[in-house]
Amino acid sequence: MSASDVLIEPTSHGVNILKSAAPILVGIALAVGIQFLLPSTVGPYYSRLVIDAGIAMILAVSLNIVNGMTGQFSIGHAGFMTIGAYTAGSITFYSSLLIWGTAAKHGSFLGSGEWMFVIACLCGGITASIAGFVVGLPSLRLRGDYLAIVTLGFGEILRVLLQQTGKVVDNAEIVRNAPLTTFATVPVGGAIGFDGIPKYTTLFWVYAFLAITVIFAYRLKRSSFGRAMLSVREDEIAAQAMGINTSRQKLLAFITAAFFAGVGGGLLAHESGVIISPKDAGFQRSFDYVIMTVLGGRGSITGVMLAAILLSGLPEVLRDFERYRIIIYAALLIFMMLSRPQGLFGIHEIWDFFPRSWKTLPWKKSPREEAQ
Amino acid sequence: MADFLQTLMTALAIGSLYALIALGYTMVYGVLKFINFAHSDIVVLGAWLSYSFAIRALPLVGLDAHNPATPPPIWMTAGIFVAVLLLCSLAGFLIERLAYRPLRRAPRLNVLITAIGVSLLLQNVGQLDFVFGASPQKMPALLPNWELPIQFGQGESIRYVVLPLIDCIIFAVSGLLMLALELLIFRTKFGTALRAVSFNTDFAALMGIPVDRAISLTFMLGSALAGAAGFLYVLKFPSMNQPAHSVWVLLGLKAFVAAVVGGIGNIRGAVLGGFIIAFVEQFGAYYISSNYRDVYVFSLLILILLIKPTGLLGSPVREKV
Repeated sequence: MSASDVLIEPTSHGVNILKSAAPILVGIALAVGIQFLLPSTVGPYYSRLVIDAGIAMILAVSLNIVNGMTGQFSIGHAGFMTIGAYTAGSITFYSSLLIWGTAAKHGSFLGSGEWMFVIACLCGGITASIAGFVVGLPSLRLRGDYLAIVTLGFGEILRVLLQQTGKVVDNAEIVRNAPLTTFATVPVGGAIGFDGIPKYTTLFWVYAFLAITVIFAYRLKRSSFGRAMLSVREDEIAAQAMGINTSRQKLLAFITAAFFAGVGGGLLAHESGVIISPKDAGFQRSFDYVIMTVLGGRGSITGVMLAAILLSGLPEVLRDFERYRIIIYAALLIFMMLSRPQGLFGIHEIWDFFPRSWKTLPWKKSPREEAQ
Repeated sequence: MADFLQTLMTALAIGSLYALIALGYTMVYGVLKFINFAHSDIVVLGAWLSYSFAIRALPLVGLDAHNPATPPPIWMTAGIFVAVLLLCSLAGFLIERLAYRPLRRAPRLNVLITAIGVSLLLQNVGQLDFVFGASPQKMPALLPNWELPIQFGQGESIRYVVLPLIDCIIFAVSGLLMLALELLIFRTKFGTALRAVSFNTDFAALMGIPVDRAISLTFMLGSALAGAAGFLYVLKFPSMNQPAHSVWVLLGLKAFVAAVVGGIGNIRGAVLGGFIIAFVEQFGAYYISSNYRDVYVFSLLILILLIKPTGLLGSPVREKV
């Protein structure tokens, strides 16, 4: 039996669907496990850190689609996140006021309030992806640094515009009776931020969305779309010569990345203890995610996830040295760039570093052994 | 008319500050092709060094350090200015030598990230108690606050345009510095070497130009200009924010936008861009709404990039396979 025969196994259609759905099912099962086991074992403080790390991973993995896989340097990712956050936040806040008369959390785990929250997050993602399309358009004309500057300008413009929005209307009666013109001021809190969004974000939802994001990114990377994106990163002119529509790939990368950033923003807006504010759209926050993708390695999904965990955990480890925290953080960053410029994993995934014997399950023979 | 002239004068003073900072961005981009995010922190360094020198120097001539009754003698102000210039160029030299030179052959993205790291490092080292501290301060006045009122109209409709001395000094000093830079770049042997490095680093090295030394000098020149801008900035706006405050970052960003609008890598473009950005910002703030002043600047940036991606005076880059 030759190696190629092993790969083509006759399977029925149903088994194929089951096989492709398996990672998502595993991811959601893990999310349920985290939701019910983690808070009781590590307590609320560390649970919050785990939520933060999960949201950071969603944002870093999505940014990696643009920066790492397609090689377009975007430093406006926090802008997309903020658009998603404000959209999702205003949907849950004002719908809660209209439906239940109060903006407090409604319903228990997987109750009606939580489903509204999920739909709001998805709406946030869609709004953000529309913004991604608009911001991606200049990428057809601009390259490298210039594109970076445009994305930076986008984030800053968004920050200033959000600062000029109106006050939050937190009275159900006023919201019900107000004419539509009241909403022309976009009542999302102005410079002080959008306070009062119901706090729906739980470990389960963060890790369920993270599972979807990671599986999507991984499958994208292995698909023909993903390979086209990688080729745009490696050499745009060569990719064009091979018949790849580079404009379309770049736009697609921006749209998908912005979608997941918007969903991540929705999760962030509903996290307890977080008040989403215009400052989040600025470039300083975008830099955090750029640094994660660079430290993780260009296009390496697992590397970026590891970097996101490390960087969102590092400030907590250094909490006792409050004053020196960012100094150490910055020094580490410079040291990392000087000593390992390709990032933690380079272009590889974490399993590329495992010993060969781990990669085949013990009860399965490797293709090479079968061939012998 | 009077309002217009008043806005014009503010725009000219602020425009020359933007131009001074933009020159540093554009010179570094010209030779190394990367955005030096740490440049705005040199401006902050210049501003805070001016403050530290001023409060230590003022008691020497018998004046109150924080609230001098009369401005100090002119030689002291000039001395502080020169000291700030020298220390800032030293800082620029050290940053290039320690952080950027080891990455000369690395991908540009890595250099960019390193620049962000250097920027974070400088901001937060500056916030430490034994450096500059993390609270806002008020810069003591180093120049007499003379103002020249110019009269407009007659009788009922009489209006005054106030021309402060500090605005004239900002305009004159930055004008002189820019002229000196222009002469240095276009009239001296060193300037020719610099332009050669900017044109093609490898060929410049083959022609016997010491590339590393030229790059170091570029950083020192750019940082000295940034230090000068910091000094002049705090003379005009004496209430200083702490080193990591976002006001400083925004100042740097606008100067950077100025460099891009004028055509990054182009010395004259940076000056032009600085004035354009200041005009758009000041006139927009006065005639439309001051809430959106940052929006005008960044919208102009995106507009210019879409119409002429290399900036107003930038030369088009041809891509070769």
